[in-house]
Amino acid sequence: MVKVTIDNIQVEVEEGTTILQAARKIGGSVVPPAMCYYSSLAGSGGKCRTCLVKVAHSSARDPRPMPKLVASCCTPVQEGMVVLNQTSHEVVEARKAIVEFLLINHPLDCPVCDQAGECDLQDLSFGYGLEETRYEEDRREFPEIDIGPFIKLHMNRCILCYRCVYLCEQLTEKREHGVLYRGDTSEISTFIRQSIDNEFSGNVIDVCPVGALTDRTFRFKSRVWFLKPMDVHRECPACSGKAVAWMFGEEIQRITGRKDRYGEVEEFICNECRFEKKSRADWVFEGPRKIKRQSVISANHYEKMKKPSIINPIEGTIEQSDNSET
Amino acid sequence: MGKPVLLEHIRIPGIRQFGVYRSHGGYRPVEKALLEMSPTEVGQEVTRSGLRGRGGAGFPTGLKWSFLNRKSDKPRYLVCNADESEPGTFKDRYLMEHLPHRLVEGLIVSSYALGVNTCYIYIRGEFKYLVRILEHAIREAKENGFLGERILGTDFSLEIHLHPGAGAYICGEETALLESLEGKRGNPRIKPPYPAYKGLYDCPTVVNNVETLAAVGPIINMGGEAYAGLGKGKSTGTKLISACGHINRPGVYEIEMGLPVEEFIFSDEYCNGIRSGRHLKAVIPGGSSVPVLPADLILRTAKNEKRLLTYESLEEGGFDSGSMLGSGGFIVYDETACMVRNTLNLTRFYRHESCGQCSPCREGTGWMEKVLWRIEHGEGRWKDIDLLVNIARHIEGNTICPFGDAAAWPVASAIRHFREEFEYHVEYPDEVRVITHGNLVRETRFTGGHPVSGIRFR
Amino acid sequence: MITHRLHVKENRPVAFSEATLKKVRELIQQYPEGKQKSALLPVLHMAQEELGGYLSVDVMDYVASLLQLNPIEVFEVATFYSMFYLEPVGKYVIEVCRTAPCAICGGEEILEYLKEKLQIGVGETTPDGLFTLKTVECLGGCGYAPVLQVNTQFHEQLDQVAIDRLLDTLRKQAADPSSADLTWASQFC
Repeated sequence: MVKVTIDNIQVEVEEGTTILQAARKIGGSVVPPAMCYYSSLAGSGGKCRTCLVKVAHSSARDPRPMPKLVASCCTPVQEGMVVLNQTSHEVVEARKAIVEFLLINHPLDCPVCDQAGECDLQDLSFGYGLEETRYEEDRREFPEIDIGPFIKLHMNRCILCYRCVYLCEQLTEKREHGVLYRGDTSEISTFIRQSIDNEFSGNVIDVCPVGALTDRTFRFKSRVWFLKPMDVHRECPACSGKAVAWMFGEEIQRITGRKDRYGEVEEFICNECRFEKKSRADWVFEGPRKIKRQSVISANHYEKMKKPSIINPIEGTIEQSDNSET
Repeated sequence: MGKPVLLEHIRIPGIRQFGVYRSHGGYRPVEKALLEMSPTEVGQEVTRSGLRGRGGAGFPTGLKWSFLNRKSDKPRYLVCNADESEPGTFKDRYLMEHLPHRLVEGLIVSSYALGVNTCYIYIRGEFKYLVRILEHAIREAKENGFLGERILGTDFSLEIHLHPGAGAYICGEETALLESLEGKRGNPRIKPPYPAYKGLYDCPTVVNNVETLAAVGPIINMGGEAYAGLGKGKSTGTKLISACGHINRPGVYEIEMGLPVEEFIFSDEYCNGIRSGRHLKAVIPGGSSVPVLPADLILRTAKNEKRLLTYESLEEGGFDSGSMLGSGGFIVYDETACMVRNTLNLTRFYRHESCGQCSPCREGTGWMEKVLWRIEHGEGRWKDIDLLVNIARHIEGNTICPFGDAAAWPVASAIRHFREEFEYHVEYPDEVRVITHGNLVRETRFTGGHPVSGIRFR
Repeated sequence: MITHRLHVKENRPVAFSEATLKKVRELIQQYPEGKQKSALLPVLHMAQEELGGYLSVDVMDYVASLLQLNPIEVFEVATFYSMFYLEPVGKYVIEVCRTAPCAICGGEEILEYLKEKLQIGVGETTPDGLFTLKTVECLGGCGYAPVLQVNTQFHEQLDQVAIDRLLDTLRKQAADPSSADLTWASQFC
């Protein structure tokens, strides 16, 4: 076990843990945002650069600071490491810059985007975005394509986190899409005209941090914050069958995996559960899903309101209410 | 300077042939290392020589070798980085073209020191003719018992394989190169782990530049101390400088470290001054990625000391008034060069070559190019100049690999030293537009202006 | 709008000659067992040269099957590297270096001259299918600027006279195929 300090809070974690995971152990506003890292997907992380943090002391043995900001999702902690996240002006500045970079080519079509309300990029822009864009040039545009009967690919919205590529590489038997071309013309695509056809491919919708991959069976049906999420399960020969049913009245409008507070799915579900079981009779209902209280999804529902944390990035003070975000 | 070290026999006819090379003392370092020295001693000799990576970063080679994980039971690899694509740099190509055996010899000695039995030369896909030359050299070395099983009767065996790239500047970055060598997209890896622990096929790997490895032979021949006796301070030995741009004699020159920049540009032994009697305006001293310096700052530092061709002297003044030795791609500009157009050109290069893996570089390079394009084409605004500086600062240091820095520095330094030119483009958009929209771009649109550029020496 | 089109598999049979297959097998031997993916770049070079001058979906599928890879892995790689062409090209691909050291020494003029002379724009092929004009980033010939390459054969220190001569030579070479030199990827093995 090693002791690390993140934003003046000490935590003890196992050796080899990344800074991000250590911060998640503390929870609250100490946790850097992560757009590309996904703990259950090996190799993910390091690409979006939103989780950059400052390492003020590398370790107890070597107290020098690290020369550059490091990606907390793929930098392992060391004994005596001191990490600054929200308390470092430099980190907040860098994160603002990254968000600006991610947004310059983003279409900002949130009003018509199915991901709105549960979009990591929205949350990030709310936290770190500038009031107005400094980008005046044309945005990069791709035609939108259907990959298969169930999945829509909006390349314009993609931030190239590679999560869906890792997912298909690791979860499905044969990956059929990937990152093609390079630089600012890179895109997620199948290259040839074909559909992604695999019984676990629907999970790309859950891992996508933005609205680039969306559920065609749910397309334009409703806004997520009008839906009531319910924990449900069923007997499924292919997957665990544990899912969340998003209800509009009596109607199941969509099925997703059960996401934790960092937006990561606990267990991946199969396409049959996700796309084809839309009847109430298909599922056993467990009860309402607990949702992060900051989420707009919770705004319309139950759960008493709590005072939010107030963060002052300039002075680095954090006024903590409490960490329970459910 | 004194006797050349790397390019010693370059003028001898037929030196590409094994027989000729051998008769001029070729492969003597291999015999010396394998028969008279232990691998550790070879490594120590290289450490003693103070040799630093010639690919651009200038990291001490002996130290890099010492990081190689020797405890692992996996095979170890030596990879020669011959993916020379830095604009302004053509020294490795010259070396491989004229003295292929110098590289093969260096590879054998280095592999022996590192305990490596398989070595790959990752060569730029465009260098088709070099592949033929190197293949021939490797075959000759093998026929003469310097490669293959039990070299010179020792227990040491080595195979050298050539691996072509396919047109990607980013593959010059060592981890991107390894990815490419594994048959993948050239996306740089996230470090740590470093290649010394997890490199090619997750095995301990050393990646060195062609010039670095070629220098190992002469170091073993003359001894590390003698090599360290050349040069100045921590910049030991000799360096190949590839000079291009507006000079009378472009080409590859081997210089002893510590040669004054002024002498290099104006002496008839080297560049022989600026072409057509024009004036020196600016120099990018280490390949396009390093900051550009105006004439006064390239010849003398801000402290008014002579600027020398060493790692330290060129870095003198940091980013305010210094640059870097980098890969030794020495690009010289005379007063006809438009720095805005040049910066746009380089930024387009970086946009084109960005792998697109991490967001600051993927988005930032394209953004900078678009803003620069507007300024160059008379559509710029005053705030665009500060915007460019700001974008460059936001890319720098926030990316996975040093490519982000390399893309940011040319822009930041051009604006730092030639801000009036950017302002001129913004202030007189019509003038700029008229000339740029002509049929051919012959002469620059902006000459002079920098208070100290255009100083003429001699 | 970026229009990377979705390609269509035509299911035309493609196959290397027996001699090339032997080279591929030797090439795979260069790499450790199970790492045959390493051979992808050189094999793609060979495929581009032998199987039609560019990489069609069928060709890439064939390469994938040769190296026991998933076709998408080949697509990912082929689209990353600038030396692989995904659309048909002319017999001679003229690629003019446009990076700074060449640009300041006349590279831009050379490109303009070629456009005028061939009556095509960058990325286009002449109607007779002989020449495709492209631009390329630094070729590593900065000291011998301006530089261009024709099917990876370098031509340096160019001016308009040299371009005229080059085009003439290429036209003659095309008329007499025995003198054509396109066989460079085979040199790797």
